[in-house]
Amino acid sequence: MDVFADLLGGFANALEPQYLLYAAIGVTIGTLVGVLPGIGPALALALLLPLTYGFDPTGALIIFAGIYYGSLYGGAITSILLNTPGEAGSVATAIDGYPMAKAGRAGPALATAVMGSFTAGIISTLGLTFLAPLVANLAKSFQATDYFALMVLAFVSVTALVGTSIIRGMVSLFAGLFVGLVGLDFLTGQQRFTFGSAQLLGGIDIIIVVIGLFAIGEALYGLARLQYAKEQAVEFSGRIWLNKAERKRVWKPWIRGGFLGFFFGSMPTGGSEVPTFLSYNLEKRLSKHKEEFGKGAIEGVAGPEAANNASFSGVLVPLLTLGIPTSATAAIILSAFQIYNIQPGPQLFENSPDLVWTLIASLFIGNIMLLVINLPLVKVWIKILSIPKTLLYTGILVFGILGVYSLSGSITDMMIVCAIGVAGFFMRVYDFPVAPAVLGAILGPMMETQLRRALSISQNDFSVFFTRPLTVGLLVVALAVLVLPAVLPKLLRKAKRAEPAG
Amino acid sequence: MAASLLVLTGCGGDSGEGGGSAEEYPSQAIEIMAPADPGGGYDQTARSIGRSLDEGGVVETGAEVYNVPGASGTAGLTQFVGENAGDPHQLMVIGKILVGAIEQTDSQVNLGNTTPIARLTAEYDAIVVPADSEYETLEQLMDAFEADPGGVAWGGGSVGGVDQILVAQLADAVGIDPADINYIPYSGGGELTPAILSGDVTAAASGLAEFQDQIDAGEMRLLAVSSEEPIEGVDAPTIIESGYEVSIANWRGLVAPPEISDEQRDAVVAMVEEMHDTPEWQETLESNNWDDFLLTGEEFSAYIETETEDITQTLTDLGIVG
Repeated sequence: MDVFADLLGGFANALEPQYLLYAAIGVTIGTLVGVLPGIGPALALALLLPLTYGFDPTGALIIFAGIYYGSLYGGAITSILLNTPGEAGSVATAIDGYPMAKAGRAGPALATAVMGSFTAGIISTLGLTFLAPLVANLAKSFQATDYFALMVLAFVSVTALVGTSIIRGMVSLFAGLFVGLVGLDFLTGQQRFTFGSAQLLGGIDIIIVVIGLFAIGEALYGLARLQYAKEQAVEFSGRIWLNKAERKRVWKPWIRGGFLGFFFGSMPTGGSEVPTFLSYNLEKRLSKHKEEFGKGAIEGVAGPEAANNASFSGVLVPLLTLGIPTSATAAIILSAFQIYNIQPGPQLFENSPDLVWTLIASLFIGNIMLLVINLPLVKVWIKILSIPKTLLYTGILVFGILGVYSLSGSITDMMIVCAIGVAGFFMRVYDFPVAPAVLGAILGPMMETQLRRALSISQNDFSVFFTRPLTVGLLVVALAVLVLPAVLPKLLRKAKRAEPAG
Repeated sequence: MAASLLVLTGCGGDSGEGGGSAEEYPSQAIEIMAPADPGGGYDQTARSIGRSLDEGGVVETGAEVYNVPGASGTAGLTQFVGENAGDPHQLMVIGKILVGAIEQTDSQVNLGNTTPIARLTAEYDAIVVPADSEYETLEQLMDAFEADPGGVAWGGGSVGGVDQILVAQLADAVGIDPADINYIPYSGGGELTPAILSGDVTAAASGLAEFQDQIDAGEMRLLAVSSEEPIEGVDAPTIIESGYEVSIANWRGLVAPPEISDEQRDAVVAMVEEMHDTPEWQETLESNNWDDFLLTGEEFSAYIETETEDITQTLTDLGIVG
């Protein structure tokens, strides 16, 4: 019951005219930036972080939520019309969205994306509303060993993101871990990989990593590719709304995608890659129109887009209650919290209830705004796609580097962002996945700190990791995640072979 | 390099002319640097000083605050000393934490390169345990600490900061080798509080304000405060009253750039003293629970010197500097 009262209080705040205006601004800016090919939600937030300095924390977070949802929607537009997904989370959307658009059904594809996002957004925000306070309560008893076990689980699950080549994925992960090591060692104050530079003592900010990889790296890659790929946005015409047959086909994928997205989003690896592809495969398996998949099946757009949106509220569960960011986007939002001197964690719901519940209420509002403001404006957003690519990518380069300068005013940071950008470019060229590097840089230092804290508290007695039930439970789950994908298929095959005999 | 030399000589020329007519100070806007990100203690102090100067009517020319984060404050210090020599309109907020950071980061520039103006505020540390702890008094906790130094896990702020120095001095008071202290740093109150409540650490030392809510809610027990005198409205003894000759103040103050004349320094000190007496500043002290800790000019210079010696010694004993 308390949850309802708290949430109502949140709505009372979020519905104040100025906050509604912020939400509308956020959604619009987010869509605008999201429509630009190659810019996903994480980068949109990183570039726009300085914008929020002028606002109170609640206002800033409302704008952030708006930008996030807006850029997801913008990403769906580019995935469907251009076949250039802005972030890993919308890759699955393009598989069937682009063929739909080519077949003249861009309108229904976009409509199912937006309405699916809305439905899933509501489902997952409800999930967040009820789950987060419970987790926050549970998290109060979390000790360093438990946090460490959670990080182990997260890192083990990262293997799901490393793509087809384990070696490439691991190289990417370790590059990220290395970046996370730079700076003063948190527990002893020793300098690590600072090469005598005072500017490196504070470490490399995750925002710099995100802007380097996603803005500089992507823009360079886009520019390098211009002469090969002549992308042409699919002409947009015809109806926008779904017809009756389509409506019947999409509502179940929306709901399933919503649950998948929220569930996997709230897991320690978070992110939207896993749930979107799971949703795509699930819809393919359940559909009566399997032959259409890959050629323009509307379920193939509905499920992944729903899962993509829903994963955001999921990611907020570990972020708000444990202070653990499990995706690039979450890491940027954590930075925003810290600018305002707010530390997400078990105490957040007690210390800043107004802020938290206003944020959650604004997620509902942002979803609704997206639906009423943006869907009718589809044709306006598409105009942005006609900006010449050379101008666009050059602009991204300039704004990316300017963005870094506006955050820190440091020339060293600008050089670092360029170096990371060039590394990101080569990662794209040689097909190294970027997500493990980002997660390594975010979670690596956290895991190291928690491990060493746990050992320091126990005076270097490793048995602490095997005596707390919660720690043991999490480590067992991590082991299962590591071992089961390799072992399970074999076991199932054995069972199948045994069946006919028995 | 050439540019900064030019600026340097330019300012030197200015100060030569301005030296004779100190009563005209300030002749332009006062700029105050906070050597940290917006939101923290340095930033809050800088902004409060700026507001009191401005709204308190101390300066007609206005006061502006800017942030230079990085390298635990020493990035700001390096820039401040390097770019502003001879300019009495430039001020910078410093504090006890910066003294340790200078040693820790091997900073080429130290507070000896500045012109100390005034110490202004102090905050005090609290020593707390979880509400269900077996330790009811500081004495009980210290007895356990003495019996098994490693067995008491102390939580507190970043390495080399005020909190760790306090724990080191407590250890010293009962004859424990600093190398045997089991000190676990956290990035701030937001991270430390959950670690105390979950029972991760045995006890914790950090700014009283960080724990006030949990103490009031009965989730933490306040064993002692680090001030020399009991704090009004706080229901706990000082560490000294508990029988250990240890006190620590997390002070903050202002410095001016190098190469300003004694007359100019006196003018800046006079301005800061006037700022100190404004109702705006007194309100700031009260609303932030900052102790009035005024000390100016030469005496403040001497204080910084003793602090630097003490802190360097403690950090060396702890093996952080060496």
